[in-house]
Amino acid sequence: MSATLEVRNLRTHFFTRAGVVKAVDDVSFSVGRGEVLGLVGESGSGKSVTGFSIIGLIDPPGRLAGGQILYKGQDLATLTERDMRHLRGNRIAMIFQDPMMTLNPVLRIDTQMIETVQAHAQVSKAEARARSRDALGMVGIPSPEERLNAYPHQFSGGMRQRVAIAIALLHNPDLLIADEPTTALDVTIQAQILAEVQKLATDHGTALIWITHDLSVIAGLADRIAVMYAGRVVETGGASDVLDHPRHPYTHGLIGSVPSRNKRGEKLRQIPGTTPSLLSLPPGCAFRTRCTHATDACVQEPPVSDIAPGHTARCFHPVSA
Amino acid sequence: MNPPIIELRGIAKRFGPSYDAAARLTRGLAERFGKPPKNETVRAVDGVALTVAKGEVVGLVGESGCGKSTIGRMVAGIMPPTEGQVLFKGQDVTTLTPEASRDARLKVQMIFQDPYASLNPRMRVADIVGEAPLVHGLIRKDEFDSYLDMQLQRAGLDPTFKRRYPHQFSGGQRQRIGIARALAVQPEFLVCDEAVAALDVSIQAQILNLFMDLRRDLDLTYLFISHDLGVVEHLSDRVMIMYLGRIVESARSEEIFAHPNHPYTQALLAEVPRIDTRKRRFTAIKGEIPSPIDPPAGCHFHPRCPHAMPRCSVETPALREIAPGHNSACHLNDQG
Repeated sequence: MSATLEVRNLRTHFFTRAGVVKAVDDVSFSVGRGEVLGLVGESGSGKSVTGFSIIGLIDPPGRLAGGQILYKGQDLATLTERDMRHLRGNRIAMIFQDPMMTLNPVLRIDTQMIETVQAHAQVSKAEARARSRDALGMVGIPSPEERLNAYPHQFSGGMRQRVAIAIALLHNPDLLIADEPTTALDVTIQAQILAEVQKLATDHGTALIWITHDLSVIAGLADRIAVMYAGRVVETGGASDVLDHPRHPYTHGLIGSVPSRNKRGEKLRQIPGTTPSLLSLPPGCAFRTRCTHATDACVQEPPVSDIAPGHTARCFHPVSA
Repeated sequence: MNPPIIELRGIAKRFGPSYDAAARLTRGLAERFGKPPKNETVRAVDGVALTVAKGEVVGLVGESGCGKSTIGRMVAGIMPPTEGQVLFKGQDVTTLTPEASRDARLKVQMIFQDPYASLNPRMRVADIVGEAPLVHGLIRKDEFDSYLDMQLQRAGLDPTFKRRYPHQFSGGQRQRIGIARALAVQPEFLVCDEAVAALDVSIQAQILNLFMDLRRDLDLTYLFISHDLGVVEHLSDRVMIMYLGRIVESARSEEIFAHPNHPYTQALLAEVPRIDTRKRRFTAIKGEIPSPIDPPAGCHFHPRCPHAMPRCSVETPALREIAPGHNSACHLNDQG
């Protein structure tokens, strides 16, 4: 079975006045039908830029500086903007962190949804409205017919995010990229959204890339995990492999610093130092200045090595399992 | 148990709109013509009692809009309560002399959620941290530099940075500046309002460790406000769960996580994503958090509660002790 999306050696660089920011630097991963990939990293790790690169929303001074984004074998990086527009919002959709930024505050929900339907399907307005109503119902919005006439500000944060998800689902996309869609939401509302998204992946076979900094959310949702640090994927593998037997020292430290992984009231294991600026990354492994395993070898760029079938780490000195 | 350092008795906080002359006139007219004026008052906090003993860490947990930050602000003396008393070491803060009241307020300091919004961008670190102890006469001018260096070091900052401005620091370092500022006036009590919510996981661990070190070194007492149950469980001795302005359950930390009693607490604990769970089925508490302008009658949680009975929509359950030190506000506890 071929993957829905395969990203190979993706590089997205921002050519700023202060220098070249290698926000995404040699990133590779793939997602199959109905699979959930968790893309995990801290702020500035390049996880969101990876998402934006796939859907073709990188603005100058940033641009794709190399690599392939293969959607069903077709390289999205070489598509014209016209061809990309046929895919975006249709076969490939994205949900953003802040639903207030994705919904137009001065247009009613029905206007925004009907427009999206008609952008990719030759249907009447009535038909488009009916589809929109069904999509709202599917994400659990009560009385969808009336709610179509509402404006975004008349919804709560959780409901607004559902509307954004409903819009993303209008054309039953093959690939959905979710960029921290529940970070701003309360725990009980987050669980509702996760339940909807999970159903989607299983029922429609949508491939899902879930971008987050929250390891606990990803633990319950993802099939596979890719961990990013300073623009690179440092570890990939099945969710249990990565979370229970992390091999890269960064992943190991990150999981160790989650409070529930520590004894109550005792000091949390912490990673020393702070994330380096992408403008002045140390040569070689970007994590070596914070790493307890680092040696002279780490001045060289470590290669991606297979540690177990389907489990890779970019490290000379992987933590023993 | 140690004597209480902070005690809240029957605290309530209501926020209403302030009406200008025209609005008062139209409301008055509407009332004369038989249309009752619309209730626009938010009951942010509704009859909360809370005691924090010396040396204790109390976690206050709830979702957005439940009133947990409002409680924090009232404890820190930033906001007066609409009803009820705030007692500092057994004395009502409103009855203190101006000097005593000022001293009491210095002893309770607050650390805020957003390390970007809570520091004045036009002040240097030296002034942000050093101004208050100087103004309040805690230190003399000639002691300023050595005192400042000590405060910065204690919060894990390099004292050579003191001439810098906040924008020259990362989020985690800014939060350390906020902590140094709070500790510079030698408080006994810290209110941490979502103090690690804006930080990355690896930085969050560093700041939580700092809080624990400071507690031990300076004999501090904390009110730790958070929506993150994992963080609260790790840090707190006692946990209080809030829902729409009321405390629905409180108990010792181990007790509440092992035996949650209130249906809301149970649902909340079930929904918390945990790193040890794999590929779980997410189920959800039905419904949304109601608006605090028009909360449901009786128990605020009844429209979402799986065990709701007719009584729950009429009668507000009282917070009662169900086991030693374990209080819960639920009618289910009255049944055999």
